[in-house]
Amino acid sequence: MNAIDTAAERERALADVLAGRYPDERGRYGPFGGRYVPETLIPAHERLERGARRWLADAAFQAELNQELRDWVGRPTALSPAPHLSRRWGAQVWLKREDLAHTGAHKINNALGQAMLARRLGARRIVAETGAGQHGVACAAACARVGLPCTVYMGALDMERQAPNVGRMRLLGAKVVAVNSGDRTLRAAIDEALRDWVADPTGTYYLLGSAVGGHPYPYIVRELQAVIGREARAQMLERAGALPDALIACVGGGSNSIGLFHAFLGDAGVDIIGVEAGGRGAALGENAATVVYGRPGVLHGSYSLLLQDRHGQIQETHSISAGLDYPGVGPEHALLASIGRVRYETVDDGEALEAVRECCRLEGILPALESAHALAGARRWAATHAGARVLVGLSGRGDKDMPTLSQTLLAQPDEAQR
Amino acid sequence: MSEVAPRTARTLPRESIVAALREAAKNGQPALVAFLTAGFPSRERFREDLTAIASAADVVEIGVPFTDPMADGVTIQRASEQALRAGVSLEWILSELAALPLLDTPLLLMSYLNPLLAYGLARLAADAARCRVCGFIVPDLPFDESDDFRAALAPHGLALVQMVTPVTPPERLARVAGASQGFVYAVTMTGTTGKSVTAPKEIADYLERVRAAAAVPVCAGFGIRSAEQVEALRGLVDGVVVGSALVEVLERGESPQRWLAALRPPRR
Repeated sequence: MNAIDTAAERERALADVLAGRYPDERGRYGPFGGRYVPETLIPAHERLERGARRWLADAAFQAELNQELRDWVGRPTALSPAPHLSRRWGAQVWLKREDLAHTGAHKINNALGQAMLARRLGARRIVAETGAGQHGVACAAACARVGLPCTVYMGALDMERQAPNVGRMRLLGAKVVAVNSGDRTLRAAIDEALRDWVADPTGTYYLLGSAVGGHPYPYIVRELQAVIGREARAQMLERAGALPDALIACVGGGSNSIGLFHAFLGDAGVDIIGVEAGGRGAALGENAATVVYGRPGVLHGSYSLLLQDRHGQIQETHSISAGLDYPGVGPEHALLASIGRVRYETVDDGEALEAVRECCRLEGILPALESAHALAGARRWAATHAGARVLVGLSGRGDKDMPTLSQTLLAQPDEAQR
Repeated sequence: MSEVAPRTARTLPRESIVAALREAAKNGQPALVAFLTAGFPSRERFREDLTAIASAADVVEIGVPFTDPMADGVTIQRASEQALRAGVSLEWILSELAALPLLDTPLLLMSYLNPLLAYGLARLAADAARCRVCGFIVPDLPFDESDDFRAALAPHGLALVQMVTPVTPPERLARVAGASQGFVYAVTMTGTTGKSVTAPKEIADYLERVRAAAAVPVCAGFGIRSAEQVEALRGLVDGVVVGSALVEVLERGESPQRWLAALRPPRR
């Protein structure tokens, strides 16, 4: 694992990123990534890699995918100017509206693409994990659309926090399995989905929802989410007449952010910021800010940054947002952080809630708690960049967060009286 | 990097695994490779349980608990969680082994990769060798990613056991089985640890392919829990791995020696 320590190494790695050399033939993003999975799953990963390289580059497949993205997902999603947030924060705020995509978040871009890929590869059923439930809902919908049975593993704690999404998945025909092992959240759900796949690696397709996992998953997810950044870049040039000065997205596993960032990595003038869940504070277990606080290690198939104790045991995490509540991060983010192309910061639970309130009141948009982290990051950036342009990835809508918002924002006296 | 004594004086640790398995299997009866999760059911009984199991088995795998044991079934998940809650760590396991009187039975550590990375691979290899560990099994470290660890283990003569499975393609199986040290861990089913299997014809053909490719003994594992299963594998493998079933024996507070002895047919 070659570390990236010197300025020259950072520069070379950035050139490799921009030249599209990552992942390399070993599934690496510099020192990060790889394929650390049980031998039972190696043939399935190899088949998937061959399938992804073939079909993602296939003109007919792309045409079919693009048609479904347009007709069924509702792409391109809008780029909204946010005049009231702009006035309040003192910068020109633009929102890339993935909340307007079918099922309410960016997750559908990946779920649809992989479900179509699974069909091409001859899968008989699909398994998936879900944290906030958005990926589970997206999978359930995509599987219904392409006609494959779907089983979704979900941590029992997340099922409580995101009850509306459990019902949506079931309505869409998915089987939802509660996971009571481990921390009863996303991480335990991934462990369980992997176990399911280990039991039937040939007939089952594992539809991983974030830019994590063993190669080729981080690559597939990035390729399917990169549509966000391609659209946003063209829309900014058309609507604002210029690229943004800053680009900001929230980072959990890192799928919406890698999707938004990718088209802008070569734009040296664009300051790119990933916002992680700062939770209740900097102590281990109080947040889910993997890049900011984590150390390198291997979890769920790739070498990346992890929240872990000194014995290499994975730590439980905390965030008010279930979708960011994960102790790892995609390997490409680990690389982008180590070469300094993307800066990673934290936003805590309270700042995220405040951003939900502002976005609702001022723009008439209820953002997901995940996306609210990006908004809070933009507010902070705007404070020192008056008049500059900031593009925020609004990755999803907040309807699914109503149970949490009822206990927080709506429980405050001034809100309850309205 | 510490220099190691010339290889003439004593058997390399990885070769002692091979020797123990070949000796036990010389009459055709599969050798027994027994697994226990370190510190489960209790930290206090670990050395006692280990010694008892070592007296009845031919090789022992000591499981290092991990928070995310994705290749393990419910029994070993539960044991790992409990051991972690009791404070079991790789440091603790090595200190327990250092305090143990010398056993005749070769010991291996079975661990997911991250606790090993956190310990530091070079330091781990040296400390493990000092504690008379003979090798490692790392279920989430496939052969293709194992160069660094094999390089760290090599100066100390420690084995890195490779796994193969019924779905491993023939070319890959030959390469991985051929590179395995100590023994080849032949997974007899797809799926996580702990579910029962029988030995149909396809399994026999598969094990034959593994044996043809391997330079070291072949041990079958995943789902073995009865004397009938062990008997069905006679002549097909050099050894069998018993994991979840033995962990359940310990969990119930029964004698691991008696249970292991019952897996072997009466000697003729």
